[in-house]
Amino acid sequence: MVSLLDIIGPVMVGPSSSHTAGACRLGLLARGLVGGTPQTARIELHGSFARTGEGHGTDKAIAGGLMGFRPDDERLRTALDIMEREGLDYTFEKTTLGDDTDVHPNTVRISVTRNDRTAVMQGSSLGAGRVLVTQIDGYPVEVTGNLHTIVLVAEDVKGSVARIATLLADAELNIATLRLTRKQRGGDAFMVIEIDEQPGEAVRDTIRALPWVRWAFRLDKVGAA
Amino acid sequence: MYKSLADAIRDAEARGVPLSTVALEAESADGGRTIADIRHALARALHVMRGAITQGQDPDLRSSSGLVGGDAAKLISGPDGPLAGTLFRDVLMRALAVQEVNAAMGVIVAAPTAGGAGVLPAVLTGLAKAKNIPDDKVIDALATAGLIGAVVAERASLSGAEGGCQAETGAAAGMAAGAAVEMLGGTPSQSGHATALAQQGTLGLVCDPLGGLVELPCVFRNATGAAIALAAIEMAMAGITFAIPADEVIDTMGEIGKAMDVRYRETAGGGLAATPTGRRLAKERLVQIKRAEG
Repeated sequence: MVSLLDIIGPVMVGPSSSHTAGACRLGLLARGLVGGTPQTARIELHGSFARTGEGHGTDKAIAGGLMGFRPDDERLRTALDIMEREGLDYTFEKTTLGDDTDVHPNTVRISVTRNDRTAVMQGSSLGAGRVLVTQIDGYPVEVTGNLHTIVLVAEDVKGSVARIATLLADAELNIATLRLTRKQRGGDAFMVIEIDEQPGEAVRDTIRALPWVRWAFRLDKVGAA
Repeated sequence: MYKSLADAIRDAEARGVPLSTVALEAESADGGRTIADIRHALARALHVMRGAITQGQDPDLRSSSGLVGGDAAKLISGPDGPLAGTLFRDVLMRALAVQEVNAAMGVIVAAPTAGGAGVLPAVLTGLAKAKNIPDDKVIDALATAGLIGAVVAERASLSGAEGGCQAETGAAAGMAAGAAVEMLGGTPSQSGHATALAQQGTLGLVCDPLGGLVELPCVFRNATGAAIALAAIEMAMAGITFAIPADEVIDTMGEIGKAMDVRYRETAGGGLAATPTGRRLAKERLVQIKRAEG
C-alpha cells in the first residue's frame, strides 16, 4: 500500500533516493550488526552502485550510514572527510557480486569490524530509498529496516523459536515477522525477527545470555519515519 | 489510499470537501496516524522545501561533478527576459534552486523522487507567495499532491528506471498541478483536469541523465516540468477540461514506460546522455569527481 508520506518524502540529502538515501540506510544496517561505528569496513560496490556511485555520493552515504548518520543528515556530504578525521579504515572497491538476474543493480557487500565483532552484509537499494538486506554472514535473509529488527545466530536446538517468542512477549514486544534459516540441518540457525516496538538493550542482552545463542543484534528501524 | 483519482474526486465532491480531506482521512485509516500527525510531517516537508529554495539561490552552488549549479541565481540577478518580475520566472527559479541543491548533496524532500524534487515545491511555494496563501492551505495541497502521487505509484510508476522522466518530473507536474488548483480554490474535478493536462504534456519523456547522474538534464527538466504544471493550472482554472480522465492519462504513462527502451530509462545509454557532448562531459566530470576525492 502506498503512503502519502512516502510520496511527499523522505526528507533526504540528494541527489538520488536509491544511490544516496538507500545507500545510507544500508550503511546504518551494517553498523547495527556490530553494535556501533565499525573501525574497519570493506565496501564492495556492484552494478550501478559501482558505475555511478561516486557521482551520486554512494560512497559518502554508506560511510555516513556506518558512522550513524541518517539519510537527512547534512554531514553525509563530508562523510569521507569525517571518516578520515575519526581514523576509520573504510575501503571502497568496485566488484561484481553476481549476474544481473541474481543480483539487483544497486547492491553492496559491506564487511565490518568493531572491537572483537565482525559481520558481512549484502544488501540492495530498491528505489525510492527502500532497501533489502539479502545476506548476513552468508545466511540468506530479508531485512527491510522498515521495522525494528533483532537478528541472531543460534545452535539448532528444539524450542528455540518458542523460547525467543516468550521472551519477547514478556518484554511486551509484538512480533511482526519471524524468519528462520539455516545452512544445513543441525547447523547454526539464523533468526530475523521484526518487531513493532523498539526493543531495549536489556532484551538483546537476555537473548545473548541464552546458552545456545552465539550472537544477537538489534537493528534500529531505518525506514521513513 | 486511493488507487483512482476519479474515486477520490467523487468522494470529495459528494461530501463537498477538498481532495486533501479525503486524502488525509485515507492516509490516517491506512497507517493509524492521526491527521494532525500527518499534517505535522507535511509541515516539516514544507519547511525543508523552503530551506532548499533559499539555499539554491547561491550563485556559487555547484554539484559534485560541477556540471550544474548557479543557474537559479541567474533568474534572480541575471538579465530580464519577457517574463521578468512575474510569478512564472519565480517558479522557474525555485525549481532550479531545489534541484541544484539536490545535485550538490543538500537536503531536499523527495516528492515524488529526488530527481523530480523541484517541481512541487516550486509551484506550491511560488503560487503561495504570489497569492498570499497561508501555510495551512499549502500543507493541505501537499496532501493532495501525495494522493495524486500515490495513484500514479499504484497505476504506473514513479521511477525513472522503470518509466522514464515522465514518471518523475512528469508525475511531479501532475501532482503539482492538481494540488495547486485546490490551493487556489478550484474544485476536485478541476484538480483532476489539471493533473491530466499536466501529465499529457509529459507523456513519452525519457530519462537520459549524463553519466547516469541526477544533474543534467534533471535540473532543467524540473524547471520545464514546473512550467507545464503552471500551464495546466491556468487552463484548468479557466474551466478547460481534458477529455481523457486523469486515471487514464496515468495508465497511458505507465504503458509508455513499459514500452520504453532501456536506453531511455536512467541508464545513460540513450537520449542526451548518448550525444557526443553528453558522453564527453560525463567522462570529464567523472574523472574530476575522482580527482577531487583523491
